[in-house]
Amino acid sequence: MPFVNWLKRHLVVIAGLVTLGYLLLPNVVVTVFSFNKPKGRFNYTWQQFSTDAWKDPCGVADMCGSLSISLQIAFWATVGATVLGTMIAFALVRYRFRARGTVNSLIFLPMAMPEVVMAASLLTLFLNLGAQLGFWTILIAHIMFCLSFVVVAVKARVMSMDPRLEEAARDLYASPTQTFLRVTLPIAAPGIAAGALLSFALSFDDFIITNFNAGSTVTFPMFVWGSAQRGTPVQINVIGTAMFLVAVLLVLASMVVGNRRNRQKA
Amino acid sequence: MSTLTEAPPPLSPTAPEHKPPRKRGRLVPYWLLLPGILWLLVFFALPMIYQASTSVQTGSLEEGYKVTWHLATYWDALSAYWPQFLRSVLYAGAATILCLALGYPLAYLIAFRAGRWRNLIMILVIAPFFTSFLIRTLAWKTILADGGPVVGALNTLHVLDVTSWLGWTSGDRVLATPLAVVCGLTYNFLPFMILPLYSSLERIDSRLHEAAGDLYAKPWTTFRKVTFPLSMPGVVSGTLLTFIPAAGDYVNAELLGSTDTRMIGNVIQTQFLRILDYPTAAALSFILMAGILLMVTLYIRKSGTEDLV
Repeated sequence: MPFVNWLKRHLVVIAGLVTLGYLLLPNVVVTVFSFNKPKGRFNYTWQQFSTDAWKDPCGVADMCGSLSISLQIAFWATVGATVLGTMIAFALVRYRFRARGTVNSLIFLPMAMPEVVMAASLLTLFLNLGAQLGFWTILIAHIMFCLSFVVVAVKARVMSMDPRLEEAARDLYASPTQTFLRVTLPIAAPGIAAGALLSFALSFDDFIITNFNAGSTVTFPMFVWGSAQRGTPVQINVIGTAMFLVAVLLVLASMVVGNRRNRQKA
Repeated sequence: MSTLTEAPPPLSPTAPEHKPPRKRGRLVPYWLLLPGILWLLVFFALPMIYQASTSVQTGSLEEGYKVTWHLATYWDALSAYWPQFLRSVLYAGAATILCLALGYPLAYLIAFRAGRWRNLIMILVIAPFFTSFLIRTLAWKTILADGGPVVGALNTLHVLDVTSWLGWTSGDRVLATPLAVVCGLTYNFLPFMILPLYSSLERIDSRLHEAAGDLYAKPWTTFRKVTFPLSMPGVVSGTLLTFIPAAGDYVNAELLGSTDTRMIGNVIQTQFLRILDYPTAAALSFILMAGILLMVTLYIRKSGTEDLV
């Protein structure tokens, strides 16, 4: 039974590739349906090939406006969460102080909490304070839930860093500021970058917490949610495809740059 | 890279001792922590307190709410919505098991078998994250559409007869059934399973596999006795990272399900944003939180010992 033997030997590879297919299937569908010309409001069945949506990605009312709001919120949430999270991470790794355990659990809890619970509790806070729901309440919420992820990413990087490098800098008469800027920060940078990237992706894609705390502000995920009831324009698939392509290209580019840098060092 | 647990060896016998921290430096960690921790206290911890107080209030939107310690709200909420609670646990549990079954081979493939394809597969696992998850969930509506290729194939293979008999699907439909919701949940949280599994598999010393082989262990035995136990940290964090968000999710149940597949997240969302019954919504959300914290604590305690392996 050569076939059965072959199957047995490659079972893991086959199962893994099936999973990969499952993960990528929706992206394939999104890409294919970005070239569809739907009849009626819903873009769920294939009708006819067309590049109309690609030629006019902002041709749907309010979609690009919501995209721009999402990008702004994601940008500022990333800045806020990265700065606050990096500071916490350094404090946790570099210093011994009382209340470390409490701080650690306060960082861990938002990641272990279902989003809908955080969303609902924030809404009760804002309602009680009489805050105007909108851009600022969304931003506050996004910084809150991105913060923990930045702390974890930066902490992992700073922990694996050799403290002797900083000692060496001090031995060579570098001032604390110089040591931090020229030794510590460059080494921690990949962790900070990972945390920032994660924040951006989480904030840009968040729906549940935003849905509760947005008031009448419409972010891109909320536009997509609304369109699921009203009828999905093809342009949504164009944006989805473009986002996927940009992500793949960015990762490939960073890998090429990384490889070149490693080769130069060698 | 093991500075995590071991202190670095002294450079030489004459290496200078660590200077005691200066007085001024003692406050540094607190200044570093202050803004971020304040943010979490005000926008994470304080809201929980507000929610707790809301859950014991009575009143109406027009006349205002007052804290009356009306604890019966909890009982009423639980007795009215226990099917949705149960459904959330069942769906999230099924999705978690499916994620583990599907995710393990892929994580194993990336860690041990991918070779020069490793980076590419990693990119393909992470990149879908950047297409909004709502767009990708909507794509499942197309994939599972009535009369579509997937439903047709399942029908030809008589799979739908079995799943309908089990109550997972109804007739020759997959959309708007529990199967579609679990399929969406599994899909959405699969990367959260794969990444921790991969990072714990990748850390396993490949010499352990060789040693097992040298001791005449068959591949399956090696997996059962060496690889899987060593990947337990990844299994535990992966299952938590999929189960917790899946139990609170309402997007998949709303987009791919029907009124018969509503989960507790859907109820909380409707109570809060449409019916505006804040005390009930707050009580439901607290029960969900407490239930999950309890299950997670028990699970961590259980898996922390060797019992689970």
